[in-house]
Amino acid sequence: MTALPPSFEDWFAKRGWSIHPHQREMLDRASASALMLIAPTGGGKTLAGFLPTLAELAEAPHQGLHTLYISPLKALATDIRRNLMIPIEEMDLPVRVEDRTGDTKQTAKKRQRADPPHILLTTPESLALMISYEDAPRIFAGLKRVVVDEIHALMEGKRGDQLMLSLGRLETLSPGLRRVGLSATVDDPQALAAQLARAPEPCEIIEADPGPDPDISMLHTEAPPPWAGAGGGYAVREVLAQVKQHKTTLIFHNTRAQAEIFFHKLWLANEDDLPIGIHHGSLSRQVRANVEAAMVAGELRGIVCTGSLDLGIDWGDVDLVIQIGAPKNVKRLVQRIGRANHRYNAPSKALLVPANRFEVVECMAALEAVKAHELDGSPKGPGPLDVLCQHIMITACAGPFDEDALFAEVKTVGAYAGISRAQFDDCLDFVATGGYALRAYDKWKRLLKRPDGLWQLRDPRSALRIRMNIGTIQDADMLKVRMRGRGGRPLGEVEEGFASSLTPGDTFLIGGQVVRYETLREMTVEVTRRADREPRIATYAGAKMPTSAQLAHRILDDLQRPDWPELPRHTRDWLHLQREVSQMPERGRILVETFPHDGRHHACFHTFAGRHAQQTLGLLLTRRMETLGLNPLGFVGTDYATLVWGLDELTDPAPLFEADDLREGLEGWLTSNAVMKRTFRGVASIAGLIEKNLPQARKTGKQATFSSDILYDTLAKYDPEHLILRVTRDEAMRGLVDFARVEEMLERTRGRVDLVRAKRPTPLAAAMLLERDRVPVAGAGRERLAEEEAARLLRESGLAAFGAATVAGV
Amino acid sequence: MHAPWCTGMGRSMNTIEIPFQGETLCALGSGALFWPARDLLIVSDLHLGKSERIARRRGTMLPPYETRATLERLAADLAATGAGGVLCLGDSFDDLDAAQGLDPEDRAQLVSLIEGRAWHWVEGNHDPGPAGLPGEHHAEMIMGPLTFRHIAEAGAQGELSGHYHPKLGLPGCGGTKPCLLLNAARMILPAYGAYTGGMPATAPELRALIGSPAFAVLTGTKPLLVPYPARAGAGRGRRRF
Repeated sequence: MTALPPSFEDWFAKRGWSIHPHQREMLDRASASALMLIAPTGGGKTLAGFLPTLAELAEAPHQGLHTLYISPLKALATDIRRNLMIPIEEMDLPVRVEDRTGDTKQTAKKRQRADPPHILLTTPESLALMISYEDAPRIFAGLKRVVVDEIHALMEGKRGDQLMLSLGRLETLSPGLRRVGLSATVDDPQALAAQLARAPEPCEIIEADPGPDPDISMLHTEAPPPWAGAGGGYAVREVLAQVKQHKTTLIFHNTRAQAEIFFHKLWLANEDDLPIGIHHGSLSRQVRANVEAAMVAGELRGIVCTGSLDLGIDWGDVDLVIQIGAPKNVKRLVQRIGRANHRYNAPSKALLVPANRFEVVECMAALEAVKAHELDGSPKGPGPLDVLCQHIMITACAGPFDEDALFAEVKTVGAYAGISRAQFDDCLDFVATGGYALRAYDKWKRLLKRPDGLWQLRDPRSALRIRMNIGTIQDADMLKVRMRGRGGRPLGEVEEGFASSLTPGDTFLIGGQVVRYETLREMTVEVTRRADREPRIATYAGAKMPTSAQLAHRILDDLQRPDWPELPRHTRDWLHLQREVSQMPERGRILVETFPHDGRHHACFHTFAGRHAQQTLGLLLTRRMETLGLNPLGFVGTDYATLVWGLDELTDPAPLFEADDLREGLEGWLTSNAVMKRTFRGVASIAGLIEKNLPQARKTGKQATFSSDILYDTLAKYDPEHLILRVTRDEAMRGLVDFARVEEMLERTRGRVDLVRAKRPTPLAAAMLLERDRVPVAGAGRERLAEEEAARLLRESGLAAFGAATVAGV
Repeated sequence: MHAPWCTGMGRSMNTIEIPFQGETLCALGSGALFWPARDLLIVSDLHLGKSERIARRRGTMLPPYETRATLERLAADLAATGAGGVLCLGDSFDDLDAAQGLDPEDRAQLVSLIEGRAWHWVEGNHDPGPAGLPGEHHAEMIMGPLTFRHIAEAGAQGELSGHYHPKLGLPGCGGTKPCLLLNAARMILPAYGAYTGGMPATAPELRALIGSPAFAVLTGTKPLLVPYPARAGAGRGRRRF
């Protein structure tokens, strides 16, 4: 137990604060080897995490690093340092605090390694990099505490797995290390705590008073939301009015592209010149820092943002949160709402802005779930092996290692506690030799086993390349964007694929400005301000989260109600019309609607399995329709339904949903699928099969690089049981393929299929017709169309009579 | 000397016949060209041994199966055309050491393809000298009205080359594919090797060589003949699929 020193009591008193009960409890239980605090935003969580450290350092001087603080965001580390300096300076504590992130200057990083501060604030990636250094044992020798902030967010993905592997390493370097996790409200605190503790040891949990229920509702707009899409453009006026009525408003979006579009529209309508900024992960550091500074200084009335502001940065007096687009996930909505009103024990105020008619229904269901305190979540799978492969490489960078000792260390990490020796050996073999059935790399192995039994890098110089590729964040390949001219201002980044689709003169939105594409120079997109065309929208492969199963069930139940008096007229009428001309989807049945439209036969499957599973269904169903000779041409999947179009009509949909056939189709289809290739790209680059960053700048000549899809195809053909393919399959099934949700849907519908044959698109299906992200089906139908297209091009080029005279001129 | 399968004007045989410099060449979906009059299969940029070279130079261990995949494709084309001769248009090996470092099984497969055939290795920038395999080595080669060299030269007539790995997509029909580019004076072959990237067929380097009027033949299950995109706004129309 750590008592609060008298000087601290005085400091609290002087500020007119009283210590929260959970902050006191954190001090009382400070000696626990693992401790997790669950508190709502504004509950003084971060101070609770640091109080024991400050108290210990105030009582007894400490040489070197005492506490390591890990946050998911660079900005958070900077912000925390600023806040932490207040008590340290005011109480004149002998404590040095520094941050270390990807943005920290090289000289500062070097100095930190030579002479570490008492408290170091960093990110999982910077920590992984630090433990890859040969001097890691010296840096971390006296470490007492590790504080993981926003652990609920980190543990949702591989960053959390990497972090916990790093903590396992730190424990070896500094035995007796105490672990502290700080989390927002979650559905399953026990599961999260088990990830934090050193397995199989227990983790103590402190749950703070959750505070009053939020004040949350849907924003009423004059214009109805559009039928499809994911933006909130139609609500710009009403959102502006809200910004005007409040001190500071955060306007959350689900994707960066949507944030850019909305900000642009907001700016065009902003007649009162309200100071409004934009903040997302693809803007340049400078742009983000400016917005953050203006925010802290209270100069902004509104900020259009994405998940980059999801986490606990103290933005001062936010009194309203607006969520554009349905939240998809109740837990995240609750966490976001907490961003408003940082005063503990005052309700947060939030407004939801559905992006389309269907999202109106989803928002209604989400509001009910918030009121009922029903959070959604799905259990986390075992620790992914690609992250373990990277961890083995990182370990090898730091120096020779013993495989048995490393295996024992990995087993202490909660997510990897169940890993078998065979799985571990597979990973080690992959890192050392590539792990191929064809043992091709005897000469060029990455790791060698020395005569003394320790493993080391064959070529010590490879450590540089490994360090350059540390991390598990899978951004698409991004290109920097800057203003043309000497010392042109950096604006942010766009995806390489988007950049390559631009031709000079095209305009696009970035950081809320319309810019004109000029050239691509040394992998930087150069732009000017001469924007004379309608802007295109930069694409970012932001992972769109699917609507959670719990929320989808609630929606289905809501649709069964006789009326929806709380819904706006437009949506209410739409639902009634659906009931009149067709029928309502039900939780226990599959509704299939068919209709002709635009010269093609359409079939809409209302199965409510979430975006990823609906896409998977699209692939499986079109595959089966192809074998039935229905010539499907493409499909589009949303969170609620899949729409397929093709050359022939579907008249008997029930056999398409035979569970065994669907599973079998999955087996056959899975290997050749684009989703698998995308997943493979991520897994392969985390595991070190593909290196994204090379010591010399990337070449611009495109023939030097080839797509990871080719690697995937080759591996699938010649070495189908390779570790990386196995990891890819597992991950895709849980992630982008989301077959669990397909199974869940089959389970609740049990082959009960209703077919409605309509003469024209039904109200629910009509909205689907306008969805983007249409996926083409590569089949007989499309081959026919491609040939027609080639013939058309030849004809239109005037060279249709292709022959000796036209081409060869001989 | 016509192989019987090629004389029937392409379409049903999944090839496209191209009249060129008074000769007839057949483009295959794989990216190879067949010259029936000379019983010759022409391929470019095989980049055999690429994974070995990358491991040697960078330490990254890519799936070591690309040589196998490329040779299987070549064997299939040889079986389909019955070609008695093969001409490799340069960059057949990712470098000369890669030619030495081939997996023994892959090497045996390659040698078995070479045996009994007139085999011509035209050198490329990646493989500037003889690679120590059977077959004739050439800096460049002239056969009838046609000149074979790895990198196209300005102003050449009747020239076949490789090097650039051209790629092209059809608007509204998915991503890009390796393609053959041709005009009255020259052809630029797509890369045949499994681990090869591509350069947009409309890149300035290629446009300078190929100009218009010109054509592209996209690789795929069936080769597709399309006009080479004109300069301004070409290929940007959107079509639903």
